[in-house]
Amino acid sequence: MTVIRSTIDPNSPAYLANREAMLERVADLDVQQAKALAGGGEKYVDRHRKRGKLLARERIELLLDRDSAFLELSTLAAWGSDFPVGGNVVTGIGVVEGTECLIVANDPTSRGGASNPSTLKKSGRAAQIAAENNLPTINLVESGGADLPTQKEIFIPGGAGFRNLTRASAARRPTVSLVFGNSTAGGAYIPGMSDYTVMVKGGAKVFLAGPPLVKMATGEDSDDESLGGAEMHARQSGLADYLASDELDAIRIGRSIIRRLNWQKQGLVPATDYADPVLDAEELLGLVPSDPKEPFDPREVIGRIVDGSDFDEFKPLYGSSLVTGWANLHGHPIGILANAQGVLFSEEAQKAAQFIQLANQIDTPLLFLHNTTGYMVGKEYEQRGIIKHGAQMINAVSNSTVPHLSVVIGSSYGAGNYGMSGRAYDPRFMFSWVNAKSAVMGAAQLAGVISIVSRASAEKKGVPFDEDADAQMRELVEKQIEAESTSYVISGMLYDDGVIDPRDTRTVLGICLSAINTTAIRGAEGFGVFRL
Amino acid sequence: MTIRRLLVANRGEIARRVFATCRQLGIETVAVHSDADADAPFVREADYAVRLPGDAPSETYLRGDLIVAAAKSSGADAIHPGYGFLSENAEFAAQVTDAGITWVGPRPETIASMGSKIEAKALMRAAGVPTLDIDVDNVADDAFPLLVKAAFGGGGRGMRVVRARDQLTGELEAARDEARSAFGDDTVFVEPYLPTARHVEVQVLADQHGTCWVVGERDCSIQRRHQKVVEEAPAPNLPDSVRDRLFDAARKAVGAVDYVGAGTVEFLVQGESVYFLEMNTRLQVEHPVTECVTDTDLVAGQLTVAEGGALPERDFAPNGHAIEVRLYAEDPAHGWAPQTGTVESFDFPAAAARFSRLDRPGLRLDSAVESGSTVSIHYDPMLAKVIVWGPTREAATRMLSDALRRGRVHGVLTNAAVLRSILTDEEFVAGRVHTSLLDERIDQWIESAVAPDAGQAVTAAALADATAAQRSRRVQQRIPAAWRNVRSKDQTRTYLLGEDEVTVAYRSIGGRLAPADEALTAERVDADGVRLRSGDVQSAYRVGRIDDTTHVDGPHGAVDLALVPRFVDPQEAVASGSLLAPMPGVVTAVSAAVGDSVTAGAPLLVLEAMKMQHSITAPTDGVVSELPVSVGSQVTAGAVLAVIDENDSAE
Repeated sequence: MTVIRSTIDPNSPAYLANREAMLERVADLDVQQAKALAGGGEKYVDRHRKRGKLLARERIELLLDRDSAFLELSTLAAWGSDFPVGGNVVTGIGVVEGTECLIVANDPTSRGGASNPSTLKKSGRAAQIAAENNLPTINLVESGGADLPTQKEIFIPGGAGFRNLTRASAARRPTVSLVFGNSTAGGAYIPGMSDYTVMVKGGAKVFLAGPPLVKMATGEDSDDESLGGAEMHARQSGLADYLASDELDAIRIGRSIIRRLNWQKQGLVPATDYADPVLDAEELLGLVPSDPKEPFDPREVIGRIVDGSDFDEFKPLYGSSLVTGWANLHGHPIGILANAQGVLFSEEAQKAAQFIQLANQIDTPLLFLHNTTGYMVGKEYEQRGIIKHGAQMINAVSNSTVPHLSVVIGSSYGAGNYGMSGRAYDPRFMFSWVNAKSAVMGAAQLAGVISIVSRASAEKKGVPFDEDADAQMRELVEKQIEAESTSYVISGMLYDDGVIDPRDTRTVLGICLSAINTTAIRGAEGFGVFRL
Repeated sequence: MTIRRLLVANRGEIARRVFATCRQLGIETVAVHSDADADAPFVREADYAVRLPGDAPSETYLRGDLIVAAAKSSGADAIHPGYGFLSENAEFAAQVTDAGITWVGPRPETIASMGSKIEAKALMRAAGVPTLDIDVDNVADDAFPLLVKAAFGGGGRGMRVVRARDQLTGELEAARDEARSAFGDDTVFVEPYLPTARHVEVQVLADQHGTCWVVGERDCSIQRRHQKVVEEAPAPNLPDSVRDRLFDAARKAVGAVDYVGAGTVEFLVQGESVYFLEMNTRLQVEHPVTECVTDTDLVAGQLTVAEGGALPERDFAPNGHAIEVRLYAEDPAHGWAPQTGTVESFDFPAAAARFSRLDRPGLRLDSAVESGSTVSIHYDPMLAKVIVWGPTREAATRMLSDALRRGRVHGVLTNAAVLRSILTDEEFVAGRVHTSLLDERIDQWIESAVAPDAGQAVTAAALADATAAQRSRRVQQRIPAAWRNVRSKDQTRTYLLGEDEVTVAYRSIGGRLAPADEALTAERVDADGVRLRSGDVQSAYRVGRIDDTTHVDGPHGAVDLALVPRFVDPQEAVASGSLLAPMPGVVTAVSAAVGDSVTAGAPLLVLEAMKMQHSITAPTDGVVSELPVSVGSQVTAGAVLAVIDENDSAE
């Protein structure tokens, strides 16, 4: 038991300035998330309410157990794209009747809840989370179907959504659809492929083709209710298992369905007598330097997110640019890898590879705290085998089967992002702090590389090098890369599961660890060849 | 004759009170109990208990024959009747005596002569004690307002105020009807009505050897509809000359009937004048205030007299001041509807004595119930008598008000807050009491009884309940309650506070619950307690819960809150137009049938609860679509009595 001692001075000007900068970012996160919360805007929200309907998040709030937590995922999906922020859908992990569920709710106020490419990515990611963590899925359905202008991007891949539902069922992972409104054409297969379907009387509309198309196709006169009304599906087609008298009733029935699943977690349900961190999470705001090039001690972060601030460091004297060690988080044992000085050298890479194997030996999840500029470059390091050693770390990360949690607390550049279990390495969950930056390399470095390459090219061709144009180009590229590296963009691309306030880190990870433990954790039986 | 085993022909707090003295004296105790009382504290405390089958008093505590049989089978050699029930029933007293069992009370003849108020007044007049009288057949025009009383009535029942001559015949008729049904005798009499008089009574205890203790007086002027609510000893602001006259009159009353045992002579006091009202030939509910200020055990005195013992001569100069309030399970804000159900918690932490004398100033609690007891619909819903003895009236008043505030009574609504309003009323505090004071000021008292911090108490309940809900979850127990990484709206909980729905909004900020009301700050939130700050003042609330009911004890006393469920199964929803039973009771008449068209105000049925007839009328025009009860149906509070379909009325 080693309780981390903090060395930060919360009264120092640097701390106060850092805190100020971080608070600004946190406030800005609220502004960005408000775009998703606004749905289709006031007009469409009002129209929706006037129809006596609940908003997507209101439906979720009612579905959740009273006063349980809700971890919303991918809130900033589509940020920086032409699509509405949030992707016309809300996803997250919540507790329903004591069971952690993956909840997906269309936002009918935003473009009718239609599916565009970002919707697809976001619900695909949700389905992946449900699958990997064995979570029952509850769909709160009210969607106008495909966003037709983008049909070429969604029609073919969109089929996976229905496949995911039935594969979930095949894996004995329950799926429940509560249909509040439109769920037509392809959308009809969402209730169609679910284990349980509830339809709201007078609200649900589930058919393959509506009256106009039916008229066109067969000449038959029909109406919405006879083609796809809740009463019809409950009494005639049998597609609806339950007929709900109104939205609230549908949610009540949905909850009772979950209660009757008798869902048992196969992983650890920890005893609740663990200690809170000794160090104050509020201070996470002040310990990250506002200049991302300035490294900071990740132990100050670890001490503010783990139980009792208790962290037993592994190999503390070796490869000191990467901190590794054991701790508990909300009662769950974890191994932590955290960048300390940004750069990963051979020692750090080997230390990481060993530590990841150790965690797999004892079926313990891993938490990666990213603040890395990548693997060390240079003659000396190449000659000493930095590629081999980096490859060992990436091999270990790639083949590790214990759940990985990744949090970008600073930068995540280059192959460092891979070695630290970035998105491509399928961590179970990945979050970014508001200050996070991820890219192939730093913006200035990238601009500089382009400049050097073009200067060399000019020299080779013997043409004069335009210094002014180069400076202009550098500035432009730097700006573009800087903008592309922000957590909002990364999150908008679904390359993480959300941007978070640093103070929420412990709670976010606690919920993730609890959800992860719906399945049993098993370490890897073997790895790829470690190039020694 | 020495009493060795005593049966108390009563229930509730008075049975416990008598048993307490018995235990002190080494007398074995026998309880009789109805089925509803089988688990009551007084039954558990008795050495022996005999069941009286049934629940209704007429089947149980009023069955003298069964009680005498119970005394025989249990080997009891004496019977104490308590108050109410058979305590002033001369026939029962005679039955007991005839069975060779010692009767703890006056002789049957005395009970009979005092039982008729007309006869009692005649006796008193003859003995030179002033009485109030109007010849019922010869009422003068200036005699109004006047009071019609039943000769054999008691406890305020059968009394009617008549304000004008044209009402007299009707009221007399109604009084006779009521007297006949309630007391089996329709004799009534008429007295001048003195609304601003005080009710002062004198406690006496006389032995068979000619010693008569005049133990002192009590003021019981604070009455609601002629039922005592607050009683105190000595009577405040009572001139010595008046007190002397009262004591003298009481002695004369005892002498006139050669009284033996404990009794109370009741008077109206108007200025310097005193008028004999009646004599109660039993122990009074309010006897503890006299015990406190005179350091007397009246029950022990009764037993001494019943055993034929002699009372020693002693002095009864009052020491300090004692006040008693009757704590009822009732809802003052809604017509004083009696409450039934489980008393989930009943705790007066300040109580220094229970059923016995205080050896220093403090709180005495004579309670019928304990935590977990049930209050049934069959009997008087008095939970307890809360009594304080202090060095002065001022001190006693303050102590009692505080004790009521700190009392943790949950599960049933009580009149505690109204009692506190009374105790802090300036007229009461000044000792300017009279029998109409309560009726004059009760609306104001009920209004001021609403805890000024009810909003804070409900907020505290919501925060504590949210914490408890999270802690008791199967998963994520220690993830902060109601935590959101993206907050779209506040969490809410809606509670029923009495009949009002109160909604509290709150949110998780930085992993801690905070009220949405920005005027309030949660300084500490646990499942069992919350500390809220408003401005710079913090208030602490203890919070407990049983099922969906939350109990809050705060600086302004106890509050019970019922959590309103978020979802109602449509099949269980109460149809609109439903008439619900306002209180538990028995349906005694049904005057409508399913399919009847009714107009607003039309009587549908009559519910008898606590001896009161409640007429249930149609709230709107409509058609009776459901009527799930019939004459004799026993209903609980909230049960559907009838459903009126408003939409059908046009057809």
